[in-house]
Amino acid sequence: MQRYTLANVTSLLFHIGRYFAFLVAAFRRPRKVRVFGRALAAELEMIGLQSLGIVVLLSLFMGAVIAIQTAHQIGGWIPAYTIGFAVRQTMILEFAPTIIPVILSGKVGSNIASQIGTMRVSEQIDALEVMGVAAISHLALPKILAGVIIFPFLVIIAMVLGIGAGAWISVAADLSSMSDFQYGMQIDFAQYDVMYALFKTTVFAAIITSVSAYHGFYTSGGALEVGRSSTKAVVYSVVLIMITNLVITQLLLT
Amino acid sequence: MICATDVHKAFGEKVVLNGVSADFKPGQVNFIIGRSGSGKSVLTKCLVGLLEVDRGLVTYSGPSGDRDFTAMRPREREAVRHEIGMLFQGGALFDSMTVRENVMFPLTMFANLDPVQMERRVQECLQRVELGDSGQFFPAEISGGMQKRVALARSIVMRPRFLFCDEPNSGLDPQTAIVIDTLIRELTHEYETTTVVVSHDMNSVIEIGEHIHFVHDGDIPWTGDSAAILRAELPALEEFVYASDLMKDVRKKMLGL
Repeated sequence: MQRYTLANVTSLLFHIGRYFAFLVAAFRRPRKVRVFGRALAAELEMIGLQSLGIVVLLSLFMGAVIAIQTAHQIGGWIPAYTIGFAVRQTMILEFAPTIIPVILSGKVGSNIASQIGTMRVSEQIDALEVMGVAAISHLALPKILAGVIIFPFLVIIAMVLGIGAGAWISVAADLSSMSDFQYGMQIDFAQYDVMYALFKTTVFAAIITSVSAYHGFYTSGGALEVGRSSTKAVVYSVVLIMITNLVITQLLLT
Repeated sequence: MICATDVHKAFGEKVVLNGVSADFKPGQVNFIIGRSGSGKSVLTKCLVGLLEVDRGLVTYSGPSGDRDFTAMRPREREAVRHEIGMLFQGGALFDSMTVRENVMFPLTMFANLDPVQMERRVQECLQRVELGDSGQFFPAEISGGMQKRVALARSIVMRPRFLFCDEPNSGLDPQTAIVIDTLIRELTHEYETTTVVVSHDMNSVIEIGEHIHFVHDGDIPWTGDSAAILRAELPALEEFVYASDLMKDVRKKMLGL
C-alpha cells in the first residue's frame, strides 16, 4: 500500500515536471511566422467556429432553465425582478465561464489529444523531429493560442444568449414582465464580474489546450492508447479546471 | 559518412545495443539487417537522434569535418537534421496535407525559396518518383506503395546528404517493393547520399545492398557486401539469410547441390 502510494506520488511529480518542460518547449518562437499564422487560423476555426453550435444550444437552454427554476423558487414577497438578477449572475459568474469550458474540454480536448496522439503513433511526430522541426512548439502553440484567443468570445456569446433566452422564457411563460427582468438584470451590476469571468475562461482555455496537447504528444503504442490519451486529456482538464476555479474565485471574489 | 562508435542503449534492465560500432559509406546503399527485436530500429533511432544513446558516439561527416551528433545540443542538431531525409515504415505522411503539401513542407519550413521555385522543386521530386500528377490527393486517397513514394519524394526534397529508410518495403507487394528499392538505389547514386536502409527483406538486400551490417543480440558481428553475405559462415547470419525456402534453393544452386 505504502509502495503503491509512493509510486503514485512519483508518477504525479514526473508528469508535473514533464508538463512544465512541455510548456517551456511549446512557447518557443515559431520558425516561420507565415506557417504559424496558417496553423493558428486553422485552429481558431477548429476550436472556435466548430464549437459555436454547441455553445449556442447549451446557452439558450441553460438561460431558459435558470429563469424557470428561479421563478419556481421565488414567490410571495420575493420580487419578480430576482429572475433577471439570478439569470445574469449565474450566466456571467459560473455557467458561461466554467461550465462552457468544461463541456468544451470534452469536444476540443479530446480532439486535440487524439489528433496529436495519432500523429505520434503513426510516426508523423518522429518525421517532424527528424526534419529538425521543433515538434512541441509546432503542434501545441497554435492550439494553445487559439484556445486563449477564442474561448473568451465563446463565453461572451454564451452570456448574451443565456440572458436573452432567460428574458424570452420569462415573458413567454409569464414568469415576469420584460421591465422586471430588465431591472433585475441591471441591478447591482459590476463590470468586475465580467472581467473575472473572462480571466478565468482564459486560464481554463490554456489548461484544456495544453493538457490535451501534452497527453496527445506523449501517447505511446497504438489506437487503444490514443483513445486512453483522449480520455485522460478530458478528465485531467476537468479536474484542473475545478481546482483552478476554486483558487481564482477565492483570490478574486473574496 | 556516418560512424557509430561503441553505442550502448538499454531500456531499464533490457540491453538492446551493447557497444555497436559501424560505419555507413557515402554514395552507397548501406543496410542494417537482423531479426525482429535484434535492435536494428533502435540503432537507427539512435543514429538520427530520436533516441539518446546511453554511451558511445554518432558522428556525421561533411565538408566542415566530423560532427559528434551525440554531444550536440538540440538546436545544433537541427542544423544536421536539415541534411537528413528519412522514409518511415508507414510513410508518416501528414494526414491533413495533400501529397503536394507534404512534399513542400520541409521547403516551407527551412528553404529560402520563392513559391515558384518551391513549386518547381516539389514537381521535380514528385516526377522523380513517378507521381507528378498526384499532388492534389490526400494520403488516405492513395495506395500504400504511392504513400511510400510520396514519403521518399518528401525525404529528398531538401537534397539530403544522409537518407534513412526504415523498412521501406514492409506491407508492399513484390513488384512495388522492387520499384521502391530501385528508386532508393538510383536516388543514392544521383544525390551521392549516405543511405541507410533498415530491413529484413533479403530480396532488397541482395538487389540493392552495397554495404551490409548484420545486427544480432545488440551487436554487429558481421559486415560485408551482398555477394559476401551469401557465403558468410556465421551461424546466426546463415539462419537469417537462408530462413526461406527460396533462399535455401539459391544456396543449393550456389553450392552446386
